[in-house]
Amino acid sequence: MHMGAQSSCSGNSCVGKSFPAAVLGIVFLLLAIIQPANALPAFARKYGLRCSACHESWPMLNYFGQKFKDNGYQLMNDKDAPIWQNPAYWPITLRMTPFWSRESTNKISADTATGVAGLATTGFNLSGLDILTGGTLEKNISFLLVPSSDETGSFHFESVNVRFDNLFHSPWLNVKVGKMELDSFISEKRTVTLSASGGAYQLFHFIPVGDGNIFGQLGDNQLGVEWMGHSFNDRTRLSATVFSSTDGNVDLPYGQNSYSAFFAGSQAFSAGKLGVQRVGGYAMVGEAPTTFLTSGGVPIPGSGTGNKSFSRVGFEGLFYLGPHLDFQVFTQHGSDNAWFGACYGDIITGTCDPANNNTTGTLPAGARNPTWNGAFVETHFVWNPQFTIFQRSEWVRMSQQAFAVMPSNLGNIDNYVVGYRYNPFMTSRDGFAFHNEYSWIRQRGTAPDGNDLSSNSILLGFDFAF
Amino acid sequence: MKNSKEWTFRIVFGCLAFGALSILPASAQDAPDIGPHPAQPLRPMESHIGNFTGHARDAKMDYRRYCAGCHGDLGDGNGENAPWLDPKPRDFTIATFKCRSTPTGTLPTDQDLYDTVNRGIDNSNMPIWNTFTEQQRANLVAYIKTFSPRWEKEKAGEPIKIPAEPPVTMESISHGKFLFTKMECWKCHGPDGKGDGPSAATLTDSKDQPIRPYNFASGGDDSRFKCGSTNRDLYRIFMTGLDGTPMPSFADNIQPNDAWDLVHFLRTLQVNRRSRENEVLKAAGGKIPPYVEKAAQGPVAQPSSGAAGGGK
Repeated sequence: MHMGAQSSCSGNSCVGKSFPAAVLGIVFLLLAIIQPANALPAFARKYGLRCSACHESWPMLNYFGQKFKDNGYQLMNDKDAPIWQNPAYWPITLRMTPFWSRESTNKISADTATGVAGLATTGFNLSGLDILTGGTLEKNISFLLVPSSDETGSFHFESVNVRFDNLFHSPWLNVKVGKMELDSFISEKRTVTLSASGGAYQLFHFIPVGDGNIFGQLGDNQLGVEWMGHSFNDRTRLSATVFSSTDGNVDLPYGQNSYSAFFAGSQAFSAGKLGVQRVGGYAMVGEAPTTFLTSGGVPIPGSGTGNKSFSRVGFEGLFYLGPHLDFQVFTQHGSDNAWFGACYGDIITGTCDPANNNTTGTLPAGARNPTWNGAFVETHFVWNPQFTIFQRSEWVRMSQQAFAVMPSNLGNIDNYVVGYRYNPFMTSRDGFAFHNEYSWIRQRGTAPDGNDLSSNSILLGFDFAF
Repeated sequence: MKNSKEWTFRIVFGCLAFGALSILPASAQDAPDIGPHPAQPLRPMESHIGNFTGHARDAKMDYRRYCAGCHGDLGDGNGENAPWLDPKPRDFTIATFKCRSTPTGTLPTDQDLYDTVNRGIDNSNMPIWNTFTEQQRANLVAYIKTFSPRWEKEKAGEPIKIPAEPPVTMESISHGKFLFTKMECWKCHGPDGKGDGPSAATLTDSKDQPIRPYNFASGGDDSRFKCGSTNRDLYRIFMTGLDGTPMPSFADNIQPNDAWDLVHFLRTLQVNRRSRENEVLKAAGGKIPPYVEKAAQGPVAQPSSGAAGGGK
């Protein structure tokens, strides 16, 4: 998902033109709310454990759930292989959320005297549908298949992967192939937030204003191969993923020789009565094309060459202050090559003007690498396994714009979310939560009139999975 | 602007009201679900594991989160999942535990319960809970002890002494085989240790639930017993028995050396597992030589105490 508006211009000329903010805002709202999230009552049914055994507050994993996932959806007992399951067992979970919401944006393009207007809408709505199927094909061979739809029923494959677990009887040797979530232990797919302005981690999708690099979104599932290893008790976790620079899109729409990699490592340790703490880091480095063959001026999918680089690095931590309070901390330093900053890169789907085709190798005058820093802190106060209050505060700050003439704070984001999640009952058969959330987001300088664009959401919904 | 503020107020108020309404029906019909779960009045109870002192009061939420689904809020093994599980979850109210280092009929030590939480129980739905901190596990052990008054009236038994393991030899394996036959282990576990002896189908546990004898032949290198995976664990199971199941204690029936011989033989029944015992057997061509087998069929030494107990 793109944060901020993307222009169809190049270089510094795009700053003042701004963009179809209303359309993008609505797209953002819709995309944010259909983030597929993984919480599988099918696993609970298979093993007879309550949702709360694996989830701090579903879908957010606790340490036991993380270990279960790292073992390839296995408890590592003699019941893991599907042959031990009742033939009637079907490893399928459906998740959807009917909700009422109020969505408000301060400025959209409109035929008014100023050219802009505020917009607030309320009403009943639906989230997308996640069909989550996962489990084991055989002992130590696991799978995840997630057809996911938006709220209109338009499907795509969110996850499709097979994992070979504990090769040579070692938890350090697990290999996954397919479309998968990158192995950050702070997972956007398992966030407890749902609302339009707060359902996604901005840092997982951040793209500077006017930037053409859609490939560095670590919140998007990617197509590739992952090695993952962990200690027996899962205190130590390491992983490396190599994937095509396609932002998870199939059929190699950009180029066939562009790859990215994601590395993550973390260590957990016991802090006495405070609980188990985990600290770690990640690095995403990659390259993606900026040059395409054209036909009649239209770029040809799959013809991308002229790879340019990008990187995302950061620290992540999960800290418990006793049984009721935890903090997730995530930081990021991001950098894109100057070509991307000048809106070369994705000219296939319209992020950038098709004319921005790097055929001459001459960088637009004044272009430089856009860089930024960001962080978020997400807090969960778990009153008891059925009732959780949460907040997230997130900030993204540009440290260098692609062009010196761009305002230094253009594209900066502030995002705040607060809410609670209440499960009226807890069983090992399904999940049901009343979810109430308020979120507010502001991005500097991206309104149609060049001022700040801000939105807020209030959501009341029934989140259920069975 | 005023309009906007009014709307905001209405919506925030609506949220709170909606939230309250969603909570109230559940509160009215069932035990209150918000706040600490009042499963039963909590006895003050401690556990002592090494340097850790566990407190029952600190495990209440963890028990509810991780354990109650199977073991039940009252610890009686009647969680909502219990009907679907085989074997059934442990009933903590009767304080009878399979995995102990203490003699049959006595309470286990805190360490025994801690080890079970840490290790999980193979051939059951009890997972390995080693993602917990040591303190969490110690707290849970204390919590488990609140369910039965036995813990207030009795002390845990003294752990049995396990002598050093003698070398694995063809003679010890052969003598173990002789004991396996003589003591009629095969009646439940079957002649090849596959859990298919003539009595296997008739066995029930102390709650009259059908129970299967352990199948030694299943599994490979990572095979585990319910109460551990090492030779010492197997010796301990043999000498303490698995309380609540038909597996008795043999502490009063055989001498320690005989028990070790039996352990060595039982390892050879795990045909897919790499072990010293299987190496010794393999070196002899995969079979116990007849002359060794014949020599091993001496009388079974009786313990000097002569105390009754155990049984088969």
